[in-house]
Amino acid sequence: MTESTTQASRREPSGVAAMPGTVAPPVPSPAPPQLSSPTRKGTTLAAGAALVIVAVAFVVPLAWLLLASINPSATVSVTVPTSPTLQNYRTVLTPELTFTPLLNSLVISGTTALITVLVAVLAAYPLSRYKMRFNRSFLYTILFGSCLPITAVMVPVYALFVTLGLLDSVPGTILFLAATSLPMAVWMMKNFMDSVPISLEEAAWVDGASSMQALRRVVVPLMRPGLAVVFIFVFTQAWGNFFVPFVLLLDPAKQPAAVSIYTFFGTNGAIAYGQLAAFSVLYSVPVLVLYLLVQRLAGGSFALAGSVKG
Amino acid sequence: MTALDTQGPTRREPAPAGSRTGGPGAPVKGRARTALRLLPLSPAIVLMAIFLAGPIGYALYGSLTNAALSGYRAANPDFVGLDNYTRLLSSGQFWESAWLTLLFVVASAVIGQNVLGMALALLLRSGPKRLGSVVSALVVMAWVLPEIVAAFTLYAFFSSEGTLNTALGWLGLDGPSWLILFPMLSVILANVWRGTAFSMMVYNAALAEVPPEITESAQIDGASALQRFSRITLPMIRRAIATNMMLTTLQTLGVFTLIWVMTGGGPGTKSSTLPVLAFQQAFKFAQVGYGTAIATVTLVIGAAFALVYVRVLKPEVD
Repeated sequence: MTESTTQASRREPSGVAAMPGTVAPPVPSPAPPQLSSPTRKGTTLAAGAALVIVAVAFVVPLAWLLLASINPSATVSVTVPTSPTLQNYRTVLTPELTFTPLLNSLVISGTTALITVLVAVLAAYPLSRYKMRFNRSFLYTILFGSCLPITAVMVPVYALFVTLGLLDSVPGTILFLAATSLPMAVWMMKNFMDSVPISLEEAAWVDGASSMQALRRVVVPLMRPGLAVVFIFVFTQAWGNFFVPFVLLLDPAKQPAAVSIYTFFGTNGAIAYGQLAAFSVLYSVPVLVLYLLVQRLAGGSFALAGSVKG
Repeated sequence: MTALDTQGPTRREPAPAGSRTGGPGAPVKGRARTALRLLPLSPAIVLMAIFLAGPIGYALYGSLTNAALSGYRAANPDFVGLDNYTRLLSSGQFWESAWLTLLFVVASAVIGQNVLGMALALLLRSGPKRLGSVVSALVVMAWVLPEIVAAFTLYAFFSSEGTLNTALGWLGLDGPSWLILFPMLSVILANVWRGTAFSMMVYNAALAEVPPEITESAQIDGASALQRFSRITLPMIRRAIATNMMLTTLQTLGVFTLIWVMTGGGPGTKSSTLPVLAFQQAFKFAQVGYGTAIATVTLVIGAAFALVYVRVLKPEVD
């Protein structure tokens, strides 16, 4: 008897109203109002298992990229290299295979991003600072433009570039890339500029600054994180763009890494998967770094409102 | 100040942003002032007019000609009216490609990315935190990688000697040549792999906005997890769902690189979606006019979706 009471009292904390003398089986009490911990643990466990499956599905192709790049005898199947070397990297790190294409990518993406940011800042200023009926329709138009599947127009773009004599021209390609990224860039820039308090600018106006001076001296310095975010966004898109330079640039000496990697794959891919992977890693690292950078910047850009006080 | 406000013909309300005299150049009035204010927009407008509106206008015109890639017809195309379109609409290949595009968009974006993205967003909230952050980092990495690198990686994965078949071999299964026998399935799964991160992030943010009190009170009233999700959470984030569906659809409609690298649209044209078919027609078969007509049709479909997005969902402009 004493034993069963202690048993019952031991069960008490788990919320089961055990009758004295009955060894209550571990059945859940009828309809517990709160989620009992075993169920929650079960959900966490099930969710964890599902997450592991997803993790495997995503990590395996990525692992191939890394493992093949250090495997001198890489195939299309993921294998842990028996004798990992950096030989693949050494082989592809030549001027014509890696440095020239990466430099081309840098020039094309950098100039595209620079032009886009410059033009977008100018455009965002009236959109953000003046209340005009024009703004609304303009913003809806560029939003519409940012949604259009640009890849669909590459054939007519090619024809247009032939007519304009811009085919195989790096500046022409840059201008096209800038124009296609402008809708999104203007949209983002306008939102960033909206978060710069107008009162600071008004002070500049009182002191006799023109609107462009106010933009350059007051607004732009205050929205540097926003500028960086837009710059990186456009840069990353241009860096990863394969189709546009593939269609518009014909001379291999002008082609960016995205196109040269494809040409390389077309001619050597079947044999040199290790080199292809090494090249891919080298080409992808800048984008991954920039992504991490933008994550930090985007977090900081909302602290701007603090500059009004004090 | 109020007098100045009513002067502007384009101004509807004295907003805080416009309630001062617009700095310098205040004496300039009416339309002239508006024009002056809009001046900084001109570089953007010029650039977009030439390189964005230009190709679109050129597409509409070019699709009415018999332009070729090289030779006499490249420089002197004839105006052929709607010939390209009648040819297009009576061509079995075009309709097959249109069907493949629909399949690709619905299976990989509307279903694949959206459902997996939502599932991941939910799992991240209920699963172990550390595992969750590892998984979301991996998913986002697949999305951040340059498209062509992702395409190579997935080409390797689905190759007949690739990782997938090696893994199936461990299970004693003889995997088929996925890219040849099931090209559409391969590119659909590849696009899910590559694009799910976007939906995951959108839904993660949307779910964080749902106040926990509401689901908790439903729980006390005895609603099951499934009921809470379908009756409370889903209706509360329906705007995010609609927006995400639209954006992923538009994004997927334009996918070229992934398919081009993995299957080249083949075997034959068995995985040629409309952007791939337009490219093949123009550059493989040198029929620029015909390719342009396909491009134009794709663009019109995209524009219709974009219009629905802008008009119906009305993203906040101000």
